[in-house]
Amino acid sequence: MKQGIFEIIENEYLIENVLRMKLSGDTSEIKCPGRFVNIKLDGLYLRRPISVCDFDENTLTIIYKVVGKGTKLMEGMKKGEKLDVLTGLGNGYDTSLSGERPLLLGGGVGVPPLYNLAKRLISEGKKVTVILGFNKKSEVFYEDEFKALGAETIVTTVDGSYGKKGFVTDAMKELEYTYFYTCGPEPMLKAVYKTSETEGEMSFEKRMGCGFGACMGCSCKTITGYKRICKEGPVMKKEEILWED
Amino acid sequence: MGRLSVDLCGIELENPIIPASGTFGYGYEFSEYYDINMLGTFSFKGTTREPRFGNPTPRIAESPSGLLNSVGLQNPGVEKVISEELPKLKKCFHKPVMANVSGFSIDEYVEVCEKLDGEEQVGWLEVNISCPNVHGGGMSFGTDPKAAAAVTKAVKAVTKKPVIMKLSPNVSDIAEIAKACEAEGADAISLINTVLSMRIDIAKRKPLLANVTGGLSGDAIFPLAVRMVYQTAKAVNVPIVGLGGVSSAENVIEMMLAGATAVEVGAANLVEPFACKKIIEDLPSVMDKYKIENLKDIIKGAL
Repeated sequence: MKQGIFEIIENEYLIENVLRMKLSGDTSEIKCPGRFVNIKLDGLYLRRPISVCDFDENTLTIIYKVVGKGTKLMEGMKKGEKLDVLTGLGNGYDTSLSGERPLLLGGGVGVPPLYNLAKRLISEGKKVTVILGFNKKSEVFYEDEFKALGAETIVTTVDGSYGKKGFVTDAMKELEYTYFYTCGPEPMLKAVYKTSETEGEMSFEKRMGCGFGACMGCSCKTITGYKRICKEGPVMKKEEILWED
Repeated sequence: MGRLSVDLCGIELENPIIPASGTFGYGYEFSEYYDINMLGTFSFKGTTREPRFGNPTPRIAESPSGLLNSVGLQNPGVEKVISEELPKLKKCFHKPVMANVSGFSIDEYVEVCEKLDGEEQVGWLEVNISCPNVHGGGMSFGTDPKAAAAVTKAVKAVTKKPVIMKLSPNVSDIAEIAKACEAEGADAISLINTVLSMRIDIAKRKPLLANVTGGLSGDAIFPLAVRMVYQTAKAVNVPIVGLGGVSSAENVIEMMLAGATAVEVGAANLVEPFACKKIIEDLPSVMDKYKIENLKDIIKGAL
């Protein structure tokens, strides 16, 4: 974990209610895909955890949906404003287990952390397929960005208004892959878990207090014991997951 | 003996700053972020006889100037704390640590204290009779003077280490409880634990916390904590460890003027991981500003 002051260099809408923010600052603690940052916002007591979409030596990209007070404040921020950010949080995805043909599945705002993951896997010479799942056409984002990385990119929409009609798991059934990585709402994670025919990793979300392992607010039970989503997670291996209901 | 040093039950603290239980784990993880030996000490995660997962999630909710938690004493149990957590801590922390103990019966408090009494690293036992997030124990001992006295007496009988009784603010007369603990030999009193609270999601029309209620901490409770430390300081002679919403060097001075000998910092650690480091670094210049030569001189200064 590292605390740093970041400057906003971009804060633009991708679609209605979903924005991409680029920040410049010290990203040295991020190190791998699937980690998150925790952002201090004026007037709110708790920091806001947001997954890292992409990063390089001195810039950080996050994509967020405006859903509550924190993201509403972020929506109104302008280029040049500064943010107090904790970086390098969470364990992140393990790219060493991917095999030759990893499959990445993202749902809604679970899509962003897969971007840097896809980039990393492709740079390691893997043949990457990505399934991006949304409710409807107006909610689709980042298809072109994944294609530009060289990933085979499939979009699914629940109502069939764009791409393949159905859920990410409908597309998953038709593919061959060596390993999977996923991030999205919990019902989707459960469906991927059931549908998957290989080992894989899933990124979870839970209401957090501190984001760096201090408060035990986001604990969950796993096959290998109690884990903190913010510290031993948010990424869990398929074989350690214990669904609570 | 520096300007910041204080004496807490016969053990000198280099400074009065103590991360509060439940905001600092068993300490060693935080040594990755800064040298935790700069702290006065810290109070480790509330420890019970058996391992506990705690309450269902969500168990964190936000509030104006604070947060509610209903974690419910997640901990690996005293055996594992002694066999696994303390040895890890020993490698990075070279001062006496404050052991925070919780329980569901007097027997459990006694058993956990007895086990921790044998640990050389433990300087003080902070006995939590004030956790608002567990049923059938915790706070129920801290809201009745007789029960608080009974826990104090039982624990004192099994340890030579100083016993600090940690009190709940969820009472009508905290000084009464403090006096009852003092009468049974408590070596110090720490206060306040979190304030029993609740939030409701107005869209879902349901409580935000799975446990329904939780404990409020953070800036919001600071004035309440100062008031209760002040009232307790007037009622007892043993030292007081003040906590509740402390987030700055100025807050520390205010707490000490109200009667605290040492000061715990809780929720602030969760939003500013370097909060305690910053407070310790800020103290000398803030002391200069208010013409304080030695911190120990201001204890009970406002009484």
